[in-house]
Amino acid sequence: MKAFNIYLIGVGGQGIGLLSEVIIRAADKAGLNVRGVDTHGLAQRGGTVSSNIRIGENINSPLIMKGQADLVVALERHEALRGMNDYSKNGSTVIYYDAVWQPLDVRLRKAKEIENEIVEKEAKRRNIDLIKVYINDLSDARMQNMAVLATMAKNKLIPNVEKEHYLLAVNDLLTGDVLKNNLELFEKVYNG
Amino acid sequence: MKTLGEILISKEPITEILMGNHALVRAMLESGVKVVTSYPGSPTPEIAEGIRSIPKDKNPMYFEFSVNEKVATEVAFGAAMNGHLSTVFFKSVGLNVAADSFVQLGLFDLQGGMVIVLGDDPGANSSQNEQDNRHFSKLSYIPMYEPNSPKEVYEMFKEAAKIAKEKHMPVILRLTTHVCHAKEKITFDKLEIEEYDYTPKFDHINAPHIPIAARALDMKRMALKRLEEFKEISNNSKFNEIIDNGNKKRGIIVSGLPYLSLLDVLEYANEKVDILKIGIVNPLPEKKIIGFLKNHEEIKIIEELDDIMEKDIKTLAYENKIYTNIIGKVDIEDWIGEYKPDKVYDILKKTWPDLLPDIKMEIPQVKLNPRPPQLCPGCGHRSAFHAIKYALKDTDITVADIGCHTLGYLEPYNMGQVLLSMGHSTSTGAGLSLFNKTRNVVAFLGDSTLFHAGIPGIINAIFNKHNLTLIIMENGTTAMTGHQDLPSIGKNINGPTEAIPIKKMLEGLGIKYIKEVDTYQQTKLREYVLEAQKEEGLKVIIAKHPCMLKLTREQRRKGTFRNNKVEVTDKCDHQYVCISDFGCPAYQITPEGDVWVQEDLCIGDGSCIQTCPTNALSFKIVSKEGDK
Repeated sequence: MKAFNIYLIGVGGQGIGLLSEVIIRAADKAGLNVRGVDTHGLAQRGGTVSSNIRIGENINSPLIMKGQADLVVALERHEALRGMNDYSKNGSTVIYYDAVWQPLDVRLRKAKEIENEIVEKEAKRRNIDLIKVYINDLSDARMQNMAVLATMAKNKLIPNVEKEHYLLAVNDLLTGDVLKNNLELFEKVYNG
Repeated sequence: MKTLGEILISKEPITEILMGNHALVRAMLESGVKVVTSYPGSPTPEIAEGIRSIPKDKNPMYFEFSVNEKVATEVAFGAAMNGHLSTVFFKSVGLNVAADSFVQLGLFDLQGGMVIVLGDDPGANSSQNEQDNRHFSKLSYIPMYEPNSPKEVYEMFKEAAKIAKEKHMPVILRLTTHVCHAKEKITFDKLEIEEYDYTPKFDHINAPHIPIAARALDMKRMALKRLEEFKEISNNSKFNEIIDNGNKKRGIIVSGLPYLSLLDVLEYANEKVDILKIGIVNPLPEKKIIGFLKNHEEIKIIEELDDIMEKDIKTLAYENKIYTNIIGKVDIEDWIGEYKPDKVYDILKKTWPDLLPDIKMEIPQVKLNPRPPQLCPGCGHRSAFHAIKYALKDTDITVADIGCHTLGYLEPYNMGQVLLSMGHSTSTGAGLSLFNKTRNVVAFLGDSTLFHAGIPGIINAIFNKHNLTLIIMENGTTAMTGHQDLPSIGKNINGPTEAIPIKKMLEGLGIKYIKEVDTYQQTKLREYVLEAQKEEGLKVIIAKHPCMLKLTREQRRKGTFRNNKVEVTDKCDHQYVCISDFGCPAYQITPEGDVWVQEDLCIGDGSCIQTCPTNALSFKIVSKEGDK
């Protein structure tokens, strides 16, 4: 299998770390060779955070080259555009949760908020499949990542990684009520 | 699934996906390390997280976060002198703090052996510089390994520890950020925790351990001899490996993570190039290098940060009369930044344009502003900066230190105009106050940093009668690196301790003006800052508020978190103090200019409510909710 590169991006505090860990483990459960690396430390305080995941036989560095991602997964709208700009291959896929956490310059009225239309236009220009996720009645913002994960499973966005692999990985990493709530949401989104 | 602790302590061979920092802990256990010390700093804190994940009754190792890297080095040194294999780990710039003791280590007969683990940070991902600590390996005559992946972290630590133990010497393992944090599947050997001999082995005959005068030179001779002997290990090590693709013309010498970047880039290449992969960077495998040079017409050295290998390799070529064309760094950019695959592509393309095809990047049509890190919602530092800002004149000077509060330099606070190193702020502020009668100097210092390296600067300011205000930002934790404990809170990683109260400690030093205030009391804090400026000498204000990220996490875990939200009422007349001055990220703005609260972010702390000039902010709902 040719390398499949996944670039995850979001804002510190959105749960990119857990999402990345789940995907890495799901790929492993599917019997695939996988490497990854997350942002740690300073950048996590409300800044842009990212994860790199590489799946396949001929992978060496855990880091993806710019413009070489087959899939960009974003948890926030501005970051979706940033991830697409920097990492998407033309003709690849971007999935994002449509939350808006305005960057400093938007809040200071120095820049405009990025509207969905702008993201859509840029995706269309580059022949990128764009999948927008948004759950109206989500009880906890910290489960937005699970909504994205379930949508990824539903649309089979990672070759050879199936629903059961994602679920095995989630079961490995969460426990108790947190696990229960996340699994409920996963099923709801997957079957919705 | 097994927990991290269960994986690390598993007696049977086990295959798991782990990050480099966690794989290192398994290597420590398999190597029989007994004492581990550290001071937190990215990219290494997850090593401690790994150690802590092991159930206490099953962990054969003693671990502590010492108050700084120098102290950590000394504790590990003492343990090694007493016969215990020890490890000290910390971040790149931590070695500057440790240096005074560290540079001596090579001179000693370390009974138990010692492995020093350094977390260098090429690209300055979370550091104030990207210093290349390979220089310290040369400076101290201590051998250095450099792994490129979690698997190599595990393997190299074990080899380094084995040699350190056998030869009673220190060995360095130099990790870099994306080696520490990379994750991959590793098969670990079985773990045998041997019955340990607790007999103190310190050789107490006076003199051999005192490097003074002639003794120091003998000790240096021993260090150099050990380094010389290490050359043989380096020449025979599997970590220094030639990848022979039969290319007579072109060869590349590379070490660490850039080796993996290179392999990815060469996937695109028009020809197969030979590679000499270096795993022991000091001493270099001279015989292998000489052979590699002789067998190629051109050699490219791909070396992240400084030109250390390049200088040595060129010297070797000169001494051995080898006329191969050796291409090292060609411009300043080659010295800067992490050698990710993109960078290695650029470097290689610059050297051999015909080797690689052009890879075209799509140019984005919508540009985005960067999203820098910022203070969390509810952060006590925000409240403090907001209060202090109004007590200072535009021309006054603010000195930042290292920690979360460094982020105060960003808009909208602009607090902290100069930053040097851990604990520097009082002394830098003292210097700024000399021949300065008109501009007040205000220095900031975090509580963990106070204990780390801040105390001498404070004592100096008292001793030499410097005139400035020091604001200690006390949040009760080492927040930036992941909430490690510190001496003032009454517990450490191993359990309860006697707390060292900051105010009492400073009073003991004889400081006259000391005020303590919760940073949410903005009016009072502002008054203290104004009042302090009228006093002479060193004035200290302890601006306290617990780290809200840590506190709310704990509350969520216990189920005591009160899920309050703040809302903007119709009293709002668009003065934008909450958004433009106070700057909590939960406040957002519509295209029409209306302010709203992003409830994903609001933690309902309410520290913002007092900032609104028209009282338009208030609590919305009060409900009790557990962790979801």
